[in-house]
Amino acid sequence: MKRAPERLGKWLVSGPPLAYLVVFFALPTLIMVLASFRTPGDFGGLAPLVGEDGGLDLNLDSYARFFTDSIYAEIFLKSFWYALLTTLLCLTLAYPLALLIARSGKQYRDLLLLLVILPFWSNFLIRVYAWMIILGPQAALARGVNGVLAAFGHEPVPLLFSSFAVLVCLVYVHLPFMVLPLYANLEKHDQALLDAAQDLGANAWQRFWRITFPLSLPGVYAGAALVFIPALGIFAIPDILGGPDDSLIGNVIKQQFLETRDWPFGSVLSIVLTVAAVSLAALAAWVGRRSGGRAFGA
Amino acid sequence: MALLEIDGVSRRFGDFTAVDNVSLAIEAGEFFTLLGPSGCGKTTLLRMIAGFDAPDGGRIRLDGLDLVDKPPETRPVRTVFQSYALFPHMTVEGNIAFPLKMTKTPARDIAPKVAAALEDVRLQGFGARYPQELSGGQKQRVAIARALVTHPTVLLLDEPLAALDAKLREEMQLELINLQKEVGITFVYVTHDQTEALALSHRIAVMNKGRVEQVDEPSKIYGFPTTRFVADFIGHCNLLSGPVRDSGNGIVTVDVAGLGPVRVAASSSVATGRPGTVALRPEKIRIAREAPAEASANGCAGTVSDLLYMGDVTMYKVDTPGGQKVEALLANSASGRTKFFEVGDAVEMSWPVAAGHFIAE
Repeated sequence: MKRAPERLGKWLVSGPPLAYLVVFFALPTLIMVLASFRTPGDFGGLAPLVGEDGGLDLNLDSYARFFTDSIYAEIFLKSFWYALLTTLLCLTLAYPLALLIARSGKQYRDLLLLLVILPFWSNFLIRVYAWMIILGPQAALARGVNGVLAAFGHEPVPLLFSSFAVLVCLVYVHLPFMVLPLYANLEKHDQALLDAAQDLGANAWQRFWRITFPLSLPGVYAGAALVFIPALGIFAIPDILGGPDDSLIGNVIKQQFLETRDWPFGSVLSIVLTVAAVSLAALAAWVGRRSGGRAFGA
Repeated sequence: MALLEIDGVSRRFGDFTAVDNVSLAIEAGEFFTLLGPSGCGKTTLLRMIAGFDAPDGGRIRLDGLDLVDKPPETRPVRTVFQSYALFPHMTVEGNIAFPLKMTKTPARDIAPKVAAALEDVRLQGFGARYPQELSGGQKQRVAIARALVTHPTVLLLDEPLAALDAKLREEMQLELINLQKEVGITFVYVTHDQTEALALSHRIAVMNKGRVEQVDEPSKIYGFPTTRFVADFIGHCNLLSGPVRDSGNGIVTVDVAGLGPVRVAASSSVATGRPGTVALRPEKIRIAREAPAEASANGCAGTVSDLLYMGDVTMYKVDTPGGQKVEALLANSASGRTKFFEVGDAVEMSWPVAAGHFIAE
């Protein structure tokens, strides 16, 4: 039996966040699940729960629509592909950066980390709009690229309002979320292990692939989850920087709620996205535990 | 020609000289120990042999070949690190196979070599375990097996037993001696623990402040220290200093303040009036209630001021009437009593000329 003050203390500490999550996460999710079975109202929103005949108006129409029209599955696949590509590009760019910061002198590390998170100090949308200027047709980048293309006899290409712009900005926005967990992992690595590997005959490349990289996998998984999941649901970046074909699942969901005003179908898409994201996270955690759990846990 | 030649090696960190013009010649098959207090430069010297640090001056030659410009991964030298440095994401087998894979050993040869290395360190059946699942002593053995599996010319060991408890340390010491005999590889062993150095080594280099004070066999280091530092650092030692009164017939007499003239055997004669020290081990002093019937070469009365009961032996700290402090060690085995003397007891100490060792200054 635990003493009463101790139990009270636990509730005082965990109570407020628990209440917050129930009110602002669990309940809305339940409302969304319920909405996915309802009928859209004549002028948007939801039709009354109790129909004119007095019965409950619940149906699977919205789910049927999702599974019969392949366009939604295609957009889902495209969203997964963009999120995956973003994750891989972030990993490629963030790994050398995190390694550099982790191996630089202690007096520089905090400054370098500050530079990584500096973009968070300005508004997200402003940063996305900034890319409109950087990638715009009058900017030096587009002129330079098209100048080179013209030299080889190619037609000029627009950089803005393209998949390229969406991907560049997705990578830009999510890069710090990959750098930080990687740095947190790499910074803890024991130099003695690298010394031992070198002593046992491993050159710089072998030391990286056989020691540093495998030991950093927990950081890679954490960073991948932090990048992949938000990138999967994002709608602002394709809205602002993408072309007509660059709609991702986030855009479609937003459309259903704000433009088409078909809330039940929007709820279905949201539920599918949530289930897919949670399943992927669970899969990643399972793979991570199987491949590295024994080695890093204990 | 010695296998490993360290020739005038120095290493400075800013104003601090960690290794100061050290020269050593280590023979093939030798168990050689670098012994000294922390900060004496022994680990820096070891790291320079391994290649993790480069000397500011001097040469290190292995089999006549200069090592100084070769990176660690190309030297036929392996290190056992104090922290073991086992790879946590590899099994015991994976750890031991690592250097074999690095040297491009054919895959079919790896398994038998790993098995043989595991047998060498008596860890058969542990191959599939991860390092976190091993005890400290087992980790230590894996680290040794991993370093030995490629049959290096020299094995460097950096305080490998420091993290183990006393009982296990003693066990591992015996195993190290046997293992070294079995594999015949030259061991260069770094430790600050003088008992460990005495127990393990063929030869010991005692280091202090970056310099080598004495290189010799353990019994010579203990029995015939050439400097005050060595006498003081290795075991317990009374260092009785004073001017030399006279010298001749293989005996030097030193006037020790608070104790009087102390006669000691010496191989060469010393000029009268020069300062000298008699190094006298506590266990070589006879301590009793009465002076011996036959007069001894040296003797003096005193009072027990302190004692340390250590089970098998007791260390008595004795104050002479003149104010000199002398430590005398007495085995507790001689009678059924647990202690011979108590604090405050009057005692008589005596020792022959051969008990002490003369150190000129």
